Amino acid sequence: MTTVITVPPSLDDHSFEQVLEQLAPLAPDAKILVDARHTRWSSPYGLTALLTLAQTRTERPAFAVPELDDTASYWARASFFHHAESLYDLHGSYPKQRDAGESNALLEITPIARTDDIHKLVGRVQERAKQIIQAELKLETKAIIGFTMTLSEVCQNILEHAGQGGWVAVQSYRWTKRLGRRVVVIAVSDAGLGFRKSLESSPGHLPSARWDDAAALEEAVIRGVSRFRDRSRGQGLAGARSYVGRWNGKLSVRSGTARISIVPGWDDDVPLAEGLAPFPGAQVQVIIPEAVTAGGAPSER
Amino acid sequence: MNHIDISSVLRQTLACDLYSNLVTRSTGAAVRGQIEQLLSESGARALTIIDFSQVSMIDFSCADEVVAKLLLRYAADDPPQDAYFLFRGVTEHHSDAIEAVLERHGLALALEADGEVSVIGVLSDDERRTWNAAYRLGRVDAADVATELDIAPDDAQRALGALCRLRVLMPVDGQYVAVGSPRG
Repeated sequence: MTTVITVPPSLDDHSFEQVLEQLAPLAPDAKILVDARHTRWSSPYGLTALLTLAQTRTERPAFAVPELDDTASYWARASFFHHAESLYDLHGSYPKQRDAGESNALLEITPIARTDDIHKLVGRVQERAKQIIQAELKLETKAIIGFTMTLSEVCQNILEHAGQGGWVAVQSYRWTKRLGRRVVVIAVSDAGLGFRKSLESSPGHLPSARWDDAAALEEAVIRGVSRFRDRSRGQGLAGARSYVGRWNGKLSVRSGTARISIVPGWDDDVPLAEGLAPFPGAQVQVIIPEAVTAGGAPSER
Repeated sequence: MNHIDISSVLRQTLACDLYSNLVTRSTGAAVRGQIEQLLSESGARALTIIDFSQVSMIDFSCADEVVAKLLLRYAADDPPQDAYFLFRGVTEHHSDAIEAVLERHGLALALEADGEVSVIGVLSDDERRTWNAAYRLGRVDAADVATELDIAPDDAQRALGALCRLRVLMPVDGQYVAVGSPRG
């Protein structure tokens, strides 16, 4: 029997939890059809997480593509179908070529498996990031440098802790629904070890009385703890945290059954969500918003 | 004085001319290995310019490997050589990452910009003032610094010792010279 997993019409880090809740009761080898026919929009988090979802299944899943042409076309430009073809049995019609139309993708969905992948993507993103962060988000030059540094660090997190490859995507768009401003978003997702298992593999690891996914995220994201004894380690996420704090952005890291967030004033998310439906690996999202003037309007600079 | 162009070292390390970004910990470790190899070919005591001019940007992990671990190795009790470093070409494209790793490890470095040299990193007020005095005066001893800053000679000596351990001050024939000092 095939279980249908319905993808919400608008897919982001929060609504993706609905997908995981449907998956939670199923065995990893259960046959599933991920039904995105009625999905109209997805954030980069949603797209990378859908690819990760397929990697967590031992039985190759099926995927019903969005019926709306605009959505399918957008997902094609973001390279979603290009990668999904190797992970899902795709059903429905979708553009086979990544056409060169207008795209919000600063970086289309890109696999991260080696150090060299990070060198390539940092090089590719740099020029467009400059354009988008200065001209559209109206932030200072330092924000561009920090953005590229943050992108590099969150991708390295995959190489150092996941134990397998992952996905990254970077997009810029006007986030009308929640913010009414432009944002640039980094989404990184892998189906690897996750933070709890990674920290447990440290030679000196002593689990606290309350040791779970949430505690592991607090250790790694807030206290900069790494599985390595080298006290230099753990700087990547600390750097990302400092970057989002400086530019009024949001950082959220989901791993296992918990999600920790550095929440800016413009968002009403909880700092720590526990007891979520389980999902392997780690999913990181960085959101940097357009600058605002003192009066709250988007900056005219 | 040795000169190490970090972008050249990066290209050799990656065997690729396309990249000018210092990113990833493994790249940083490889670049540091190359720098240490170059240093081992210089004399027992050497002042080396570490030149970032052609490096587009550096991330935290790479800065930790290239800058912090390099300084830590040569500031250790048993360094492979008596090595001192003057950093050049560090701009806003590198400073956040470099300053973050200096802060994390309690390190400092001498930085040349616009023909002047300054120290950045973790220094007490006395150490910073002492370094500035040594840079202005050229060769100094504790008495010179104590007079210049109107502090006790013991305090001056303590600050000079700390600056030597951080490798931003060189002991020379019983006196001290600030790294990068034009009058040393």
